[in-house]
Amino acid sequence: MPGSPCWRISAAYNMLTKRIIACLDVDAGRVVKGVKFLNLRDAGDPAELAAAHSRAGADEIVLLDISATHENRAILLDAVRRAARELFVPFTVGGGIRSLEDAAAVFDAGADKISINSAALADPALITRIGERYGSQAVIVAVDAKRILSDNGAHWEVRSAGGRKPTGRDAIEWVREAESRGAGEILLTSMDRDGTRDGFDCELTAAVVDATSIPVIASGGAGGPQHFVTVFREGRADAALAASIFHFSLNSVAELKQELRAAGVPVRWPC
Amino acid sequence: MIAIVDYRAGNLVSVKKAVDHLGFACAITSDPMVVERAEKIIVPGVGHFAATSALDSSGLRSAITGAIDRQIPFFGICVGMQWMFAASEEAPGVSGLGVFPGECAHFPQEVKAPHVGWNQLEVKDGSRLLRGVPSGAFVYFTHSYRAPLVAETVACCNYGGAFSAAVEREHLFGAQFHPEKSGDAGLTMLENFCRL
Repeated sequence: MPGSPCWRISAAYNMLTKRIIACLDVDAGRVVKGVKFLNLRDAGDPAELAAAHSRAGADEIVLLDISATHENRAILLDAVRRAARELFVPFTVGGGIRSLEDAAAVFDAGADKISINSAALADPALITRIGERYGSQAVIVAVDAKRILSDNGAHWEVRSAGGRKPTGRDAIEWVREAESRGAGEILLTSMDRDGTRDGFDCELTAAVVDATSIPVIASGGAGGPQHFVTVFREGRADAALAASIFHFSLNSVAELKQELRAAGVPVRWPC
Repeated sequence: MIAIVDYRAGNLVSVKKAVDHLGFACAITSDPMVVERAEKIIVPGVGHFAATSALDSSGLRSAITGAIDRQIPFFGICVGMQWMFAASEEAPGVSGLGVFPGECAHFPQEVKAPHVGWNQLEVKDGSRLLRGVPSGAFVYFTHSYRAPLVAETVACCNYGGAFSAAVEREHLFGAQFHPEKSGDAGLTMLENFCRL
């Protein structure tokens, strides 16, 4: 049997870990939601914050350009370039990517994955075009979902334009289409929980996890370590993303990971 | 100079960035002449095994096999490692380099595919590529197909059963995971290769 005698395997090393993703919201080249890190010369610099999160144990970094206006593209690409230079964990960039050319510029600046949202809704073939050139693993489709109550019960509607615009599309159905067009991961944000600190929407997360075989990153509502435990256990998320939690209730990703470990959630540790 | 071979399959910036960071001269190239003159060769790759057929038509394959015959150190990453095996069921008509025996296969149905994220290595003693990387180290994977365990396997990972996470024989090295995205453990491996 090739290889078999020398591998102890299974019991000791047997766990794909749950990923903790730190998100930097950037406007005009500056991180707008501050993060409570010590010893930073400049708390608003995306490159410094990305490096600090990585050192503290973040499994991935997402940089989201929340302004994404035409004038800010050059500033963004410069921030991506500087952040990517010393970052040796996966690095995703989203916000304002509307074409293969936009994506190419971001990849050339050093991103490993791109995240697309409104542009994918407007032109679902964009998912395929970017995936064919850069691989499916490099294409994250971000889905902003809002709970809708009707006589038939609850479902989730996809919002576009940063959550402002109702699309009439069912979130579960859109996730299935995104996967079939070649999305590598889904970044799922609950519009109902986003910014509330009340916890992730585990029901939404579990519904999306059940609808797709690609990894699902839960986002929106993180307020404390227990919320991460719950979204991994009950929501069965593959990864969880948070931005501002590290500002007001936790010092670092490391502190969160220690809590997750204590709760029996597999995480990369030490990191 | 280390040649990072570009065959239009994915993004090579991250690999170059990591090699630059380690202080070794490297260049991204799709020119067979440059590959022939390189001191070391890295073939990264993401996406579909079929993309490796671009290596055949561009003359890169013969430049690479020539270099391998001359004992030039070679490192295949992700699909680049899978290409070092004979074939993959992802693209049955496309032949790999075949420097390692066997065929890459899809993950079994009982586990979610793709396998994306940080998972642990079990490392075999004596690997040159993995010197300084202990068993239990975490590295970043993203793939749906995997290589079998072979005599040349120097690190395995368990996800739906054990598979080859790294392979090594003489001057030939492969990693299924992304060393350029695997923090300090990954940089250690890249440095081990670059220093050969």
